[in-house]
Amino acid sequence: MPVPALEDFMARAYAMELEAEERYALFAEQLDTHNNRAVAEMFGKLAKIEGLHAKRILEEMGWPSMPAPAPAYSWDTPEGPETAPQDAVHYLMQPWHALEIALRCEQQAQKYFEDIAAADVPPAVRTAALEMAGEEREHVQLVREWMQRVPPPPEGWDEDPDPPRMGE
Amino acid sequence: MNAPETATLCAPKDFKSGTKPVWCPGCGDYSVLSAITKALSTLGLRPENVAVVSGIGCSSRIPAYTRCYGFHGVHGRALPVATGLKAARPELTVLVASGDGDGYSIGGNHFLHACRRNIDLTYIVMDNHVYGMTKGQPSPTTEPGWSSKLAPGGTGLKEFHPLVIALASGANFIARATSGDPNGCAALITEAVRHPGFSFVEVLSPCVTFRPEQREWKTLAHPAPVAPTDDPGRAARRLMTDDGFNIGVLYQGKRAPYARANGGAQTVEALACQFQL
Repeated sequence: MPVPALEDFMARAYAMELEAEERYALFAEQLDTHNNRAVAEMFGKLAKIEGLHAKRILEEMGWPSMPAPAPAYSWDTPEGPETAPQDAVHYLMQPWHALEIALRCEQQAQKYFEDIAAADVPPAVRTAALEMAGEEREHVQLVREWMQRVPPPPEGWDEDPDPPRMGE
Repeated sequence: MNAPETATLCAPKDFKSGTKPVWCPGCGDYSVLSAITKALSTLGLRPENVAVVSGIGCSSRIPAYTRCYGFHGVHGRALPVATGLKAARPELTVLVASGDGDGYSIGGNHFLHACRRNIDLTYIVMDNHVYGMTKGQPSPTTEPGWSSKLAPGGTGLKEFHPLVIALASGANFIARATSGDPNGCAALITEAVRHPGFSFVEVLSPCVTFRPEQREWKTLAHPAPVAPTDDPGRAARRLMTDDGFNIGVLYQGKRAPYARANGGAQTVEALACQFQL
């Protein structure tokens, strides 16, 4: 995975956080539309957290405004490692599920940065990648602790005798 | 330290309306909406340069979610409306949104003739192999053995093969995308809009509510192992043996798009004169 310079790496990191924020915000909107307020609120919090991470990268780099996200082909996967899959949500899901999604995303982000740090990259990039991998590791731990405080879903949580029908 | 520069005139968000989609959470159509707005941004278009026409169904709600000109039409009739629009206003980029029920069943006949006419339209069909809006009836692309509350034991009917039919009917550009890769989908839509004539993009767009097993599609989808061909015979052989998950441009024809004999649209005033009593 070629990462030529610190600026490029940080632009990718920024894009990753931004994409994660946008996806969580979209999920919050989707669940809010479907009156699943508790999960909408949870995704709203997650979006805010990712947004803060993105903002911090801007501040660290001294970029005055939002740079264009790095091109999509920067990733080995169709979307960023920290982006929750579009189809990960369900209208009856519970807050625990939202955290489960977040946990998987944080783990993928940690691995992404660890892989970069282990690759043949300039020292400044390796240092930054290691720092970010450490942060993602902390996030993994925080989400795990958060999950301990949220009740797990009961069996049959997604059963609906009258599934949705959209009005035209 | 300079930030990377943006190269587009309108950002994808500039193409989105303030109306919140009411699709089920997790629906693939969210990604298609995102892909369309990204494609329009990449093409350097503005909302007023574009019309989005649809029929009826979950996917057909898309026009309301964009700031482009929109027409949410009658079931299965998106293509005739779009054909008329493009013939009258050729300067507009016209996208047509549909689903497998609207596009291949109710609108199946229009699909054949839109391919044949080869008018410069981009037809985006969000295929989830089910009628989602009306609670999960089998559609033309539903597998014969798919058993559900509404079709116990399955229909037993062979599924429709839209890409083969598009090729046989004269479509000039045929591609398959997946909503699991919104950026890849955006790139294919961009290419489809750029290609002259009738461009058909079938998007595998899972219905997570009535076909939750379709979440697996994102692991089954794979890039087409061969480059696009402009040879209909070769394309036919490829499509007939297709596994249903080849992603990419599968046929790129060279047939000239339909052009009006009189050279295009008249002025609004000239058109108005024709309707004077």
